[in-house]
Formats: sequence, structure tokens, C-alpha cells
Amino acid sequence: MSETLTGAQALIRALELEGVDVIFGVPGGAILPAYDPLLDSPMRHVLARHEQGAGHMASGYAHASGRVGVMMATSGPGATNLITPLQDAHMDSIPVVAITGQVATRSIGNDAFQEAHTWGISMPCTKHNYLVTDPNDIPDVVREAFHLAATGRPGPVLVDLPKDILAGTMTWHRAGELSLPGYRPSVKGHPKQVKAAVDLILHSARPVLYAGGGIIRADAADELRRFAEMANTPTVTTLMARGAIPDSHPLAMGMPGMHGNYAAITAMQKSDLLIAVGARFDDRVTGDTTTFAPEARIIHVDVDPAEIGKVRAVDVPIVGDAKAVLAQLIATMQKALGDGAAPERAEWFATLRGWQEEHPLHYHQEPEGPIQQQYVIEELHRLTGGNAIVVAGVGQHQMWASQFWGFERPRTWVNSGGLGTMGYAVPAAIGAKAAMPEETVFAIDGDGCFQMTMQELITAATEGIPVKIAVMNNESLGMVKQWQNLFYDGRLSAVEFGSAAPDYVKLAEAMGCAGLRAEHPDDVTPALEKALAINDRPVVVEFRCDPGAMVFPMVPAGGSNDAIVLSIEDLA
Amino acid sequence: MSQHHVISVLVENKPGVLARIASMFARRGFNIHSLAVGPTAEPEMSRITLVVDGPEMEQIIKQLYKLVHVVKVTEMMPADGVEREVMLLRITADSERRGEILDAAGIFEAKAVDVGVKTITFELSGTPAKLADFLELMRPYGIVDLVKSGRIALTKDAKTRNGRPKLRSA
Ligand SMILES: Cc1ncc(C[n+]2csc(CCOP(=O)(O)OP(=O)(O)O)c2C)c(N)n1
Repeated sequence: MSETLTGAQALIRALELEGVDVIFGVPGGAILPAYDPLLDSPMRHVLARHEQGAGHMASGYAHASGRVGVMMATSGPGATNLITPLQDAHMDSIPVVAITGQVATRSIGNDAFQEAHTWGISMPCTKHNYLVTDPNDIPDVVREAFHLAATGRPGPVLVDLPKDILAGTMTWHRAGELSLPGYRPSVKGHPKQVKAAVDLILHSARPVLYAGGGIIRADAADELRRFAEMANTPTVTTLMARGAIPDSHPLAMGMPGMHGNYAAITAMQKSDLLIAVGARFDDRVTGDTTTFAPEARIIHVDVDPAEIGKVRAVDVPIVGDAKAVLAQLIATMQKALGDGAAPERAEWFATLRGWQEEHPLHYHQEPEGPIQQQYVIEELHRLTGGNAIVVAGVGQHQMWASQFWGFERPRTWVNSGGLGTMGYAVPAAIGAKAAMPEETVFAIDGDGCFQMTMQELITAATEGIPVKIAVMNNESLGMVKQWQNLFYDGRLSAVEFGSAAPDYVKLAEAMGCAGLRAEHPDDVTPALEKALAINDRPVVVEFRCDPGAMVFPMVPAGGSNDAIVLSIEDLA
Repeated sequence: MSQHHVISVLVENKPGVLARIASMFARRGFNIHSLAVGPTAEPEMSRITLVVDGPEMEQIIKQLYKLVHVVKVTEMMPADGVEREVMLLRITADSERRGEILDAAGIFEAKAVDVGVKTITFELSGTPAKLADFLELMRPYGIVDLVKSGRIALTKDAKTRNGRPKLRSA
């Protein structure tokens, strides 16, 4: 018997068939039909206070779990509010699907109430997008959307659904065979290239394994570690790859790039072979490309062929999924080594150790204050044993969190790397916690970032999603202030908040959260202990931090990685 | 002219596919010199022929392939392909020079498609070079108006490229 459903019912059923358990969204006129059958669905709907929040929640969910995150919004302003999270997910290759309402098909193009050209607006910030014009297409479109979001290089996909399509009827059917003749992502690397890569690696004296966010996306952390060990290569993890290899591993070198550690940056600079896997030679990693790693030959493994050769010419390109290609590299290297081992490279490792000892990441906490953010991060790490998902906003606090948190597992670091979206942390933490309720989810947020999306804590409190947020209050847009101090003669323009407002403890309480404050270094540990003990509601802990602190090391934007600024004295 | 490359893009015939390509070019800062879209022998596919500028061919092709509805991208070297443009050209042609102009046009096999009191309009199809030559020849008479199609192209049959005798010259 054929079953007649509304488009909206078909949508909800198709989402259920994709295994969706949570949808983050805000309803409105055009998407109304979809919210009705949602009432009868086992899927949970988390009502965000702003669609941007819903979008970052979906992204935090996907970041932490690896499953596709789903956001939903109405037409016009609802859809445009999703644009920032979509572009954010696009830059960081996060698998999310956005469902948006649209005005009825007969009204499209007439400047109808709450009409926006969502398909056109979202085109450059999605991997692919759809405007559905027949309710019978819904099962196939939803199947394709999830497939595209999750496979190949993951990314955001948007499905725009006019109101009459949602309200109209269709004959229910499951999605048919995928018909995507133009979409054939490579999984396995070319064996000849894999062999060439192994040869280069075994003959290299100063290799560096350059691990990018693709390792996390591909769930390839185990393969990465095994490959690094077998090939005996020091391994750097970019901002998006923190946790790809345990920071406690003897081969782990930490983060390279603009605020990376000296040894990681310099290892890349001086290497004779960079093995990039799931990394894209981002300008925040390479600095000035003309002086970047001048002696290095390049092996580049990426699932997206367009990344290979985009920034840096490549000696051995390998198109394929990071997990599959690393497995091939392991097998091929095993064969090449036989009973032997990879080169010892004693001299190279001694050099690296020398750099690490000479220029470690460091900070100093004066016992009487002010509080240094690095101290808060290290204390939190000690108290949790590193066992938490850490989420960050964008700015100084993000860099310190990445530098000073010892990451031991993949998917425990959730941040906005490519787009650098302030306001990411609070909603992303909520999404991460919704996906992984057993984990402690602790956001390290800046006071500027927090004020952009903090209202989502109301969502967290009402929905019973007990995230923990550390607000690093330096009374300023710290990272921008740092640049003004360093590059604009200290002329501070529009970066200081002053200390008059807000009262974060009262704010937290008003939003249904616990509110705590630490003003003195001695307050830090008790405040964190208290925050960790509260699990029945979200917690906000304000740390009154040093407003003058700066993040080092630093390679000024566009500068050469040969000229690492280690402290303010280097610039004098 | 040497900077120009011709690429032939086989796409799924879906609404908005041209917008996707144009948007990608705009976003990546690539330049489109000319563009022609039309059906192919298969109704579910269209072919877009692009003439593009610049040294970034590899990126352009890879970025095109990232578009879900792009099925195949072929870059055509001038020797590999048959390239054609169509031009409509209206020139000043008073009665004294009309004969002379028609003679010249005859050599190019340009067709007079409209004749007015003071002008003649020619239709000419051919390689871009042939059109350029014809234009230069007509310029001294006074060009009133001109329109050109985007370039269309197909790769030559493999037989002709492998050095076998050509059945017909381009
Ligand atoms: C949405 C958005 N607007 C502006 C910026 C530019 N920006 C980068 S870091 C930063 C300051 C962030 O301040 P805060 O959250 O207090 O963090 P801090 O740097 O002080 O740790 C700004 C304004 C941005 N990244 N995102």
C-alpha cells in the first residue's frame, strides 16, 4: 500500500532514517509545517535562542562525535543567521546539514515576507545546497545531503524547503540509489605514489609529519600514531589537529604556526621532508610562503585534490582519505622495512630536543596576581586529568588553550580554526555536550566572545545541558589589543571593555546557570573544583585575568617562520 | 591570446548549475573570458565551454571538479580541439563600396544576412583566428555593431590526434 505523507512528514522520517537524534533550531513561519510532525518524532529538538547558536551547536555536535550535526531555521532572517555557522563549518570541514524553510514556490522572487535567496546566499559557504521543488524529491535530497556532508572532504550542506513543498503531499518512498555522477571522492591513494612516499621518507634525514584537521575528520588518529612510530618521524599537530597524536607521545611536537611553539615551527622550517596529511598549508601555519620550509620536499595526502599544490608545490601528491592512505603507508613501509627499522635520525632528534629545551612554552604566575590564563588552563588540566572536551572561542584564550592543554585523544578539542568565529564556544560546547553527555565539556572563552553568544546558556539551562564555561575576563578584545600594542604603537582603538559591566556571576545566575568568580590566583583551584562538582546545571566561572598579557611565540602575519618573536623584548 | 585556455565542462543538467560555476569563479578570483552553454547528445547533461585567463589552470580544473554537478572537465590544447565562434558584424557599406565588401566577405564565406541602405550585416562562423582576421579586414569600412557568441569546442576524435591521417581539417 502506498502511503501519502506531507513533505514535512517525509522530511522528519527521512531525518530519522539518517539516524539523527538531535536537531538544533528555531522555528518560524516558513518552516512551521516541519515542526508539527517533529512533535511525534523521537528526535530531540533543542530550541536555540538565536539561529547562529543553533548552527554552532550542530557543528560542536559533529566536531565532538563525528556524526552529522543538524540545524533548522525558518526562511529569511532564520536562514541568514545560519550563514556564519555554515561558513565556519565549510572552512573546518565539519559535516552538518541545514534545513531551512522558504516562502512558497509561487512567491519566490516576489520579495515575499521573510524571503531571502537562501540558495544563492549559501552557495559559496556550503559544499552543496538544494532548493526542493517537489515533495516527492525529499527522501532523495535528504539522503544526498547527508552523504555529501559526511563523505569525501566533509562539509555543510543546506536544504531549502518552500512552505508549500512541506505542506504538500507525496507518496512515501525510501531514497533510491544515489545518483551523483560528478561526485566520486577518492578513498585509497595511488599505490605508486604511496611507494614513492615511503622511499622519500626512508631516505629523509629531517622529516616532519605535519598532521592537520583531516586526521580528526577521518578518525585516523590511531593510524597516524602507528605510522609516525614506524617511520620514526616527529609530528606536529595544527590547531585543527590537536589530539591527533597524544601530546605526551615522545614524537609529538605540539602546534606549529603563528602561535605555535618554537621547536614545532623550526622543525618544519629546517626539515628536508614534510609529510602533510589532512593539512592545507594554511597561511597561519606557513607564514610567508616564499620562505616557508625552503629545503623540504613535500608529500601531501589529502582527500580534496584541490588542496594539493594550491599553496605549495608538491613532490608526491596522494589523493585519498587520511585513514585509508595512512593504512597503505603503514603496510608499504612495513614491507620496505622487512625486519629492519626506520632510520634512527639521532642527530635530528637531538636538534629538536635542543630547540625544545632552549625555547619551551612558558609563563609566569605571580602569587599575588593578576591571574594568568595559562595557569587556569593548566590547573583545569590537572584537576580533570585532561579528561574533558575543551571548547574555545577565538583570540588569545584560544591560543593559550591550544598551547597549554595536553591533548591525549582526538575529538577533545573543539574550536573555530579556519573562520575564527568569535562566539563559537558557548553554542559549540552545548552541541558537544548534547552529543557526548558522559563527557565533561569545558569551554575556555574570552569575555568578548562570550558576549556574542552567551544567551545560549539559557538554552543549555532550560534543556538540561550542563556545560561549563570559563570566561577569561581580560576586560578587552585581547588578541586585537595585542596587535595594536605590537603593530600600531600601542594606540588602542575600540578594544577595551572597561570593568564596569557586565557582572558575569549575576548574568550566569539570571540565565539559570551557576555563577562563580576567581579574582586572585588562590581562587583559581577552588573555583575550578566547584565548577567541576556542579553537574545539575551549566556553570560559568569568571576569571579576572591579566589584561596586559600577550600570546607568544608569535610569527607576525605574513612574516617568515624564520623570525619567531619569542617575547615582547624581541620586538624592541 | 596565448594566455587563454579553453575548457569543456560536462555538467548535470540541473537548475542553477551555471550559477554555481560563475559563483565559484567569482569567489576564487578566476576570470572568465567567454562562456557558452548548451545541450549535449544526452538530455541529462549540458556542456559549458569556458575560455579562461591566467596561469591557474590546475586550480580552476580542480575547483570545477569539486562542484557536485560537474561530471567531467577537459582542458583543450588548441591542437586537440575543434573551436568555433559565431559573429554577427554590421558594417558601413555605401553603394560605391558594396561590391568590394561583398567580394572580401566571399573569400571568408561570410554570409550577408541583412542589407540596409547604408549597412550590410554578415554572419560568420569559424575559428577565433578566422573571425579576428575578418574583423580586421572589415574594420576600415567602419564597424557599426558587432556581437560574438561564446566559444564552443569539442576535442577531436582520438584517431586524428594519434597521428593517423586526418579525415577533415579543422
Ligand atoms: C565574529 C568576529 N568578529 C571579530 C573578530 C576579530 N577578533 C579576533 S580575536 C578578537 C578578540 C577576542 O576577544 P576575547 O573574546 O575577549 O578574547 P581574547 O583575545 O581577549 O582572549 C577579535 C575581535 C573575530 N575573530 N570574529
